[in-house]
Amino acid sequence: MDQTILIDENGKRTDGRSIDDLRDVKITIGVLKNADGSASIEFGKNKIMVAVYGPREVHPKHMALPDRCVLRCRYHMSPFSTDTRKNPAPSRREVEISKVMREALEPAIMLEDYPRAAIDVFVEVLQADGGSRCAGIAAASVALADAGVNMKDLVAACAAGKVNDKIVLDINDIEDKEGSADMPVAYLPNLEQITLLQLDGILNESQFNECLEKAIHGCKMVYEIQRKALIEKYFGNDLPEGEEKELEENKEN
Amino acid sequence: MSLSKKSPIVIEQLRKRQMFDLITNGKRLDGRNLEDIRDLEIEIDIIKKADGSAKVRLGNSEVIAGVKVETGAPFEGLENKGALIVTAEVLPIASPYIEPGPPDEETIELARVVDRGIRESQMIDLDKLVLIPGKTVYVIFVDCSIINADGNLFDATSYAVVAALLSSKLPIFEIRDEKVVDTGKKQEPPITTIPVSITSIRIGNNIIVDPTVEEEACMESRITITTNSNNEYTAIQKGSTGYFTLEQIKFAAQTARVKAETLRTKLKELIK
Repeated sequence: MDQTILIDENGKRTDGRSIDDLRDVKITIGVLKNADGSASIEFGKNKIMVAVYGPREVHPKHMALPDRCVLRCRYHMSPFSTDTRKNPAPSRREVEISKVMREALEPAIMLEDYPRAAIDVFVEVLQADGGSRCAGIAAASVALADAGVNMKDLVAACAAGKVNDKIVLDINDIEDKEGSADMPVAYLPNLEQITLLQLDGILNESQFNECLEKAIHGCKMVYEIQRKALIEKYFGNDLPEGEEKELEENKEN
Repeated sequence: MSLSKKSPIVIEQLRKRQMFDLITNGKRLDGRNLEDIRDLEIEIDIIKKADGSAKVRLGNSEVIAGVKVETGAPFEGLENKGALIVTAEVLPIASPYIEPGPPDEETIELARVVDRGIRESQMIDLDKLVLIPGKTVYVIFVDCSIINADGNLFDATSYAVVAALLSSKLPIFEIRDEKVVDTGKKQEPPITTIPVSITSIRIGNNIIVDPTVEEEACMESRITITTNSNNEYTAIQKGSTGYFTLEQIKFAAQTARVKAETLRTKLKELIK
């Protein structure tokens, strides 16, 4: 297995990245006019849009919880997002991803601030390129912030994996299919909490530790991009006091 | 759509308090230590109509798994491999909280996580189960019925699948005049490794292995870790609405490797 050469002799991957490089990530906030919060993310060739509606009344009403908010999450892939057409009906894979996505976001949201209400997060994958659940989580947490939902931290997400026996950051579509391990992780960078962790593929103990730490490092890089997108949207060039200095410091690190 | 809901399992406040008090002192309601796994009982060949079967009892959680072998088209993108499909259903006989109907997201997650644990470990050498490359392959179904639910269905179901596959005898198919013919003979399945799944949960700052249904009702987060015979990690799934710290994950991963050993020895005895 894993015979295809995905890393050449110069250490470059199929898309020209080195093993520690993230794909280009671009986050745009407020892309949907009707939503209470929204974001679109381009994560390599992934194109994903996220809409947040709420906090709003729960329908049907018996779903409401007396002490906290109901978080509802839907991950969906458009039929044209993949190489062969995807049936638009929700697949078992999408049901599972919707669940792990919700569980990745919940620890960051102050659900107890909105009892008897619901927050709906809709993640629509327009073009898929490997790592769509991580990109979706990153965009969803920015969209939640855009909706003004009280949060303890942003949720950053990034995958790492094993390709040609090397642990690499942020695996793309071909590395996912031909590589030998994929580990998506979601992380709250300020609280240092892991809220999503999955693995398919074989890793020994040291590879497992390296992979997990690399994915967390990737999450921290994604976090900086999320944060910058929010600052740009809400403060433009007039950064609040102290922020400018902090951004510079982060750059140096 | 996935939504947060209340646990249907009701636990008296006093019992919950007692559980938390015990856990802080490294003990549990049923007398186990935090890292102890309940007794595992395995019976094989209980369904004669299946090509392999097993009934597993993990504490009070009971699962029956049956293997059925057919031929069919290979999966897209895996044209030169046999197909292995694991399903799971929590039957309404399993608990007062289960209702009949289409599978909910928890059941779908259960089936997919068990399937992933078996598939990613490459337990069955699927390269050896091809009849006409790209066209006709062996299709192995392992269907699981949960008949009594008392927590940690992930591991109980996974052990049932492994036991059923280890003890199975696959029919030998042949191609004659471009048609699939059952020769009536049987073969051993091409086993390469024995995957063992270990599930832990976090309550407070404590990691507890093999939770009961009561403990699951109080958990903040859950993690299922599968290792193979070489002690390598092959599949992981974090679940539930809480978090883990990096140290807690490393601890759970280490525990999963250590705890899998004894269970693997037990499962290995089935092949003899």
